[in-house]
Amino acid sequence: MAKARLSQEGVVFALAVALFVVFAATLNNFLTAGNLIALVRSVSILGILGLGMGLVVIGRGIDLAMVATMVVSLSWVLSMAQAGMPFDTALVYGALLALAIGLASGILIAYADIPAIFTTLAMGLVMYGSGRAFLFQIDVQNSPGGVDWFDFLGRGAFLGLPMPIVAFAVLAALVALVLMRTRFGRFVYAAGDNALAARITGLPLRPLIVAQYVISALIAFLAGVVMAAAVSGMSTRVYNSTMIYDVLLVVVLGGISLSGGRGSVRNVLVGTLLVGVLLNGMTILDITYTTQNLIKSLILLLAITVDSFINPRDEQTSQQSQGDI
Amino acid sequence: MKFRTILAAGLMALGLAGAAHADDGLDNPSRNPFYDGLKGKRVVFIPLAMGFDLTEGWAAIMRKQAADLGYTLEIRDPNWSTDAGTRALTALIAEKPDLIIAHNPDVQSYARLLKRAMDAGIKVIQLNLESVVPTDAYVGADWSRVGYIEADALVKQCGTGSGKSGKIAIIRGQPTAASDLYELYAYKQTFAKDPAIKIVSEQAAQYDPAKARAIMETVLQQHPDLCGVVGNWDNQDVGAGAAIQAAGKANDVYVVTSGGGNQIGCDNIQKGLLDLIISYDVPLQGNAINQQIVQTLLSPAKAGESKTSYYTPLTLLTKDNIGPRTCWSLDQLK
Repeated sequence: MAKARLSQEGVVFALAVALFVVFAATLNNFLTAGNLIALVRSVSILGILGLGMGLVVIGRGIDLAMVATMVVSLSWVLSMAQAGMPFDTALVYGALLALAIGLASGILIAYADIPAIFTTLAMGLVMYGSGRAFLFQIDVQNSPGGVDWFDFLGRGAFLGLPMPIVAFAVLAALVALVLMRTRFGRFVYAAGDNALAARITGLPLRPLIVAQYVISALIAFLAGVVMAAAVSGMSTRVYNSTMIYDVLLVVVLGGISLSGGRGSVRNVLVGTLLVGVLLNGMTILDITYTTQNLIKSLILLLAITVDSFINPRDEQTSQQSQGDI
Repeated sequence: MKFRTILAAGLMALGLAGAAHADDGLDNPSRNPFYDGLKGKRVVFIPLAMGFDLTEGWAAIMRKQAADLGYTLEIRDPNWSTDAGTRALTALIAEKPDLIIAHNPDVQSYARLLKRAMDAGIKVIQLNLESVVPTDAYVGADWSRVGYIEADALVKQCGTGSGKSGKIAIIRGQPTAASDLYELYAYKQTFAKDPAIKIVSEQAAQYDPAKARAIMETVLQQHPDLCGVVGNWDNQDVGAGAAIQAAGKANDVYVVTSGGGNQIGCDNIQKGLLDLIISYDVPLQGNAINQQIVQTLLSPAKAGESKTSYYTPLTLLTKDNIGPRTCWSLDQLK
């Protein structure tokens, strides 16, 4: 990019900076270390989920089952731990469950050619339903006490940063590494940009798609571990909240195009930052709940509109069998 | 001689039999109408969702009595979806059960349907969360009173003469629910009377402890001298308590909330996450709703003809008065 072109990421970043400056100038105590840490901490789980979603969206998919995967696998882990199973063993089972969910979604999407948006939407419902029916009875599961590393993950700090932020940073670095430095990462971009061309070139397209959903499910599981540690429990009601849309907001707002093939971890970070600044500022300004939702959804609408202008539909790719999501 | 003895013995036996007959007691004549009036009746409960302390507690108590008295209790679980609840209600109006017990997600959504159900001859009891339409009965907390008690407790802690900042944060639940609206009115009325009280934040956490925690973290950054927090539900406000504890201010910020008096709430008081819970005592409410179910089913009045309310008693739980048996657990009720 030799010319300074108006990219969505740039717009959003500028918007985040502008909001930041306005809040810093007008709100007392906004620009304190404590508030900034609280700001990032409050969106770190959203950010972790955004990393998984970002990867799938770059590969021209979408994973609406992420929140369900997170909620069900972790609630199961916690309820097994409460029933007396060693916590580490329970975690292994939880990870296997998440893996199975990702595998199932991926296989349905890659091999049965069912559109990702419907597959994952249904998968989320199926998992949540079977979780409530078979895996746990009470909708809020408490964390077991006395697991040191788990307590540290929730309440500890590294170099003054709360662990959820550290976890977000480490995962972001890992995903960035995978996307930019590995063959798998490049393949994801290629498949996302033009799946047919990628397949003709000889990429193992279907296994590639399956792998994306497995990774996003595992990231959802990790987000769940961090969340359960941070709030010392897991509430299955999170599934009924607007969280999955907030995750999409982070990704799309950051500038990862829904038509695939574009974007990087940096976009997720920028999107997370803007949502964080926005939420923090609105809470400080004490804006009412309904107005907050309105502002959030208007911004999402704006971001999607901008996205379709900056990344216009491509004649070639929009005629693929899967079409746009 | 022999004949006489036999006769005497016979008479004695008869007498004994007669006496025994008199000692058989009476068949209570009002008993049969009671049981017959209940047998085979169909009661349907629409909770906000199953799987949390309040609804599981009520359901356990209601199920027991239903099995005892021979009426059926079905539960249609909308799982926090107002939409699903509305559909369940619409379906029920066509199915015509004898009694619907509704736990309203907000004051409006079910209101019209509950009225339609009564017009169709189905009796309706509202449980703990009312709608704007009064039905055959309401059994549950008096949310305004809960609000006044909560607000008074905070004024005592933070108001004029306390020597504290007087800054108070309100954490709302679902901003359209009866509990939320009625409590908020009581808070505002009470706080307005004391010039020392300043409401510095009024945010909704939608029953989610993680959200309550995030809100409280931000508010504490903004107002490090915060004096008190009043919240909508203990299961949610425990998140705010966690944020306060993490900031090392557990002794400076007084957290008041309300809840069903579940053991987890008591544990959270012990852990210092919450300071005062106004408990509406789910086991007590369960008994009250059971009594109301029987009364409504047996009443000759038509659906919607007579309207009553019973506000269940409230208990104040603090660190000083909770013992090992103050709070309840689900296993006890089952």
